[in-house]
Amino acid sequence: MPAVSKGDGMRGLAVFISDIRNCKSKEAEIKRINKELANIRSKFKGDKALDGYSKKKYVCKLLFIFLLGHDIDFGHMEAVNLLSSNKYTEKQIGYLFISVLVNSNSDLIRLINNAIKNDLSSRNPTFMNLSLHCIANVGSREMAEAFAAEIPHILVAGDTMDSVKQSAALCLLRLYRTSPDLVPVGEWTSRVVHLLNDQHLGVVTAATSLITTLAQKNPDEFKTSVSLAVARLSRIVTSASTDLQDYTYYFVPAPWLSVKLLRLLQCYPPPEDAAIRGRLTECLETILNKAQEPPKSKKIQHSNSKNAVLFEAISLIIHHDSEPTLLVRACNQLGQFLQHRETNLRYLALESMCTLASSEFSHEAVKTHIETVINALKTERDVSVRQRAVDLLYAMCDRSNAQQIVAEMLNYLETADYSIREEIVLKVAILAEKYAVDYTWYVDTILNLIRIAGDYVSEEVWYRVIQIVINRDDVQGYAAKTVFEALQAPACHENLLKVGGYILGEFGNLIAGDPRSSPLIQFNLLHSKFHLCSVPTRALLLSTYIKFINLFPEIKTTIQDVLRSDSQMKNADVELQQRAVEYLRLSCIASTDILATVLEEMPPFPERESSILAKLKKKKGPGKLPDIEDSRKEKHANINGGTEPVNTTTNVKAAPPPSSDLLSLGSPATQNSAPPPATAGSLLVDVFSENNSTPTPGAQLGPVADENFSRFVCKNNGVLFENQLLQIGLKSEFRQNLGRMYVFYGNKTSTQFLNFSTSVVCQDTLKAHILPPKYRQLLGVSCSIASWSTV
Amino acid sequence: MSVGHVAARRKWVQSSIVERSWSRGKGLCLLTANHFEKKLYASLRFLPQMQFMLLFSRQGKLRLQKWYVPLSDKEKKKVTRELVQMVLARKPKMCSFLEWRDLKIIYKRYASLYFCCAIEDQDNELITLEIIHRYVELLDKYFGSVCELDIIFNFEKAYFILDEFLLGGEAQETSKKNVLKAIEQADLLQEVHP
Repeated sequence: MPAVSKGDGMRGLAVFISDIRNCKSKEAEIKRINKELANIRSKFKGDKALDGYSKKKYVCKLLFIFLLGHDIDFGHMEAVNLLSSNKYTEKQIGYLFISVLVNSNSDLIRLINNAIKNDLSSRNPTFMNLSLHCIANVGSREMAEAFAAEIPHILVAGDTMDSVKQSAALCLLRLYRTSPDLVPVGEWTSRVVHLLNDQHLGVVTAATSLITTLAQKNPDEFKTSVSLAVARLSRIVTSASTDLQDYTYYFVPAPWLSVKLLRLLQCYPPPEDAAIRGRLTECLETILNKAQEPPKSKKIQHSNSKNAVLFEAISLIIHHDSEPTLLVRACNQLGQFLQHRETNLRYLALESMCTLASSEFSHEAVKTHIETVINALKTERDVSVRQRAVDLLYAMCDRSNAQQIVAEMLNYLETADYSIREEIVLKVAILAEKYAVDYTWYVDTILNLIRIAGDYVSEEVWYRVIQIVINRDDVQGYAAKTVFEALQAPACHENLLKVGGYILGEFGNLIAGDPRSSPLIQFNLLHSKFHLCSVPTRALLLSTYIKFINLFPEIKTTIQDVLRSDSQMKNADVELQQRAVEYLRLSCIASTDILATVLEEMPPFPERESSILAKLKKKKGPGKLPDIEDSRKEKHANINGGTEPVNTTTNVKAAPPPSSDLLSLGSPATQNSAPPPATAGSLLVDVFSENNSTPTPGAQLGPVADENFSRFVCKNNGVLFENQLLQIGLKSEFRQNLGRMYVFYGNKTSTQFLNFSTSVVCQDTLKAHILPPKYRQLLGVSCSIASWSTV
Repeated sequence: MSVGHVAARRKWVQSSIVERSWSRGKGLCLLTANHFEKKLYASLRFLPQMQFMLLFSRQGKLRLQKWYVPLSDKEKKKVTRELVQMVLARKPKMCSFLEWRDLKIIYKRYASLYFCCAIEDQDNELITLEIIHRYVELLDKYFGSVCELDIIFNFEKAYFILDEFLLGGEAQETSKKNVLKAIEQADLLQEVHP
């Protein structure tokens, strides 16, 4: 029992709680509660004015009932009344009630705000704290409107007590989180930064939290906090355990404050000032050194707090990504943790290493631990730890170990938890594609994926494998053969059937020479599974059948019989019926030439970015995905504002460095080559060019430009391209065979463009007249090809 | 791009991954958070903080609930139900961290009570474990060998102590002495103004 006797007993409350606990059933409990509610209601409505103690007791009972899980729809008024009592315990209960049962009645809000205002302006620190706590707990917009301007002054006023300063800082933080627009950034910001130098470590702790949040949105305002934070951190880290007295936690000096300071430093890049940077590096080295020393206490709290600081320091090192020695040391430290007895540490080590893996300085160091990680994947009992191991394998994958890692992940997939299978499937698909040197391996991997976890292989994955097979001649035969063999398994997944059906439809001829995979055998193989699959798969197979008719005229009649059968022609599903009818008709009336043209082999797909990554991102949430390799290359933003495409099979060139002229115009894009950054001019002109069956690659301007460009199919005016610096607008008018296009270049910055030049590149067949460029460029085009109107 | 490093880097990561479905005829495949859970937490995640703390018994009875983000009562009940189920299903040798939706759940069992905190992805897990421990120490010092019954019968005190230690989800005073002193002072006030 506490040293101070609690004079406010509230026996009635204790009795009530006992009664509830003694209720044998839910019904009994509800009965007892209703009885009490009725009692309280009558007391509140009664003629006799209740004294403070009773009011407090009943409000507390209501609170208890609410926290049990029942709804309370009265009592707010009484709680608000308690706020104006000058007895501390009554106030306290009143505040607790209104912060737990938040009410949006505007009258009540007005009264509450009034009470808070009174308490804030009283000189009593305990009352001020109570009201600040309430504001921090509720943090509603109305409170922010009423108090957000006042609290900063309380925070930086010289005569405010330390405990009130702490509460004010965190209260302000809460208000800022919920209503950032209402917290004015004013001259108090510099004084807040100076709180970092305060004597009282509690004040420093609270201030650090506040500054960290504010600095995310206004980094320049709080830049000065960096040097103060480094100084403070350095003092803490090098202090003896007796220096900080009660702020030492199990022999670790001020762990919470250290973690917060390290977090604050992560809002900023490495300090430019060499002295500060040096001091920070020393600090981090000290922390890393301490991790190697024998522990001062056997208690878990000591190691937890010490390691908490260590992990946050490693986070900072990774964030700065500038000191190779520190990064390597961090990696080694984590490597030690990978085999620690404690599961928590192994988990955290795996997680931190994931981020380390994407830094170019430490990527190699991380790779050395691959065997440990694979072992963890196989032996860890906790599924979350295994999942971290998978993430780490994904992050550390590169050309040298891709095959090994993919094999291990496939192995793991066989026994993995259902909830994580889809993610693993996506990751394996991405890795297999990214690091495939030999595409037969890629095809094998995807087919394995389908075999092991077919249900979790989403559409993006198998679309991708088909895209790749179609684009690469060298792997088509192998794919056809493999798929054919895989389909012969007695039970194969529907996705395999989809892939197999499509590939055989396109490339079945490549294996038709072998008697074991003759056309009829192929057809029978597919058709034997026809009735087992869903409607979309059957639709795909019907398309395959018509392709077979084209590829293998010898089995034309067999297939036609199938198409002619009642189950197809009168199929309940409209799509299937339509396909069967139309394909049958097509096979009957079309000559072989026309059939061959219609069912020509699928041309290569344009090289665009993979949608598998998008799907993975969606699953993991933004910001969580470690960037494989790309982040190591990209160090500064791309001025053209375009997105950086993932390295697909044909090496798409990176965007031009910022120093080149903005609209670097390359030649019009040609088929299949690595497309140079396309331009406004060439995109436009391509519309008028000869029929290209492939849509032009060269979507280097990113998705936005493409979207804009395609709008011009049906309208003449609009914005063609836009980034942070430049906006290009287009206005065109056409009359018979004459066309005129106005190209407007808008400068979005506040500075002048120097050496701005434009040029329009177009094909010879069009005569382009370019007037001397000014702020707009007028292009008159006369077109002598009749076919442009049919595009 | 030189300051706001973290924000810039995160934004770059996101922008470099906005993809398009390349299959013919398909439109843009945007990253839309259309799950209930994501909608629930997306707006609350912009800065790392503790989202809530729950205390519950082995039978799943909630003894304390402190919410640091605005949620409706219905949502709170749903969250509590799910979380209690998940944590109670954990085995003893497993690690103290759970992933749930977009959050990390840090939990620890003390006798018959589970202490459960929800923090965001980028928060420091180990220090949260120690926040839990510090809170238990405070309760222990105040009640003298605290047990679940103390928290049941003096639930309002548990909230007051928590408020002195954590405010708005952040540790405000990490000195055990100072926190206890503040509470004792408040208790003394009752004596003076009976």
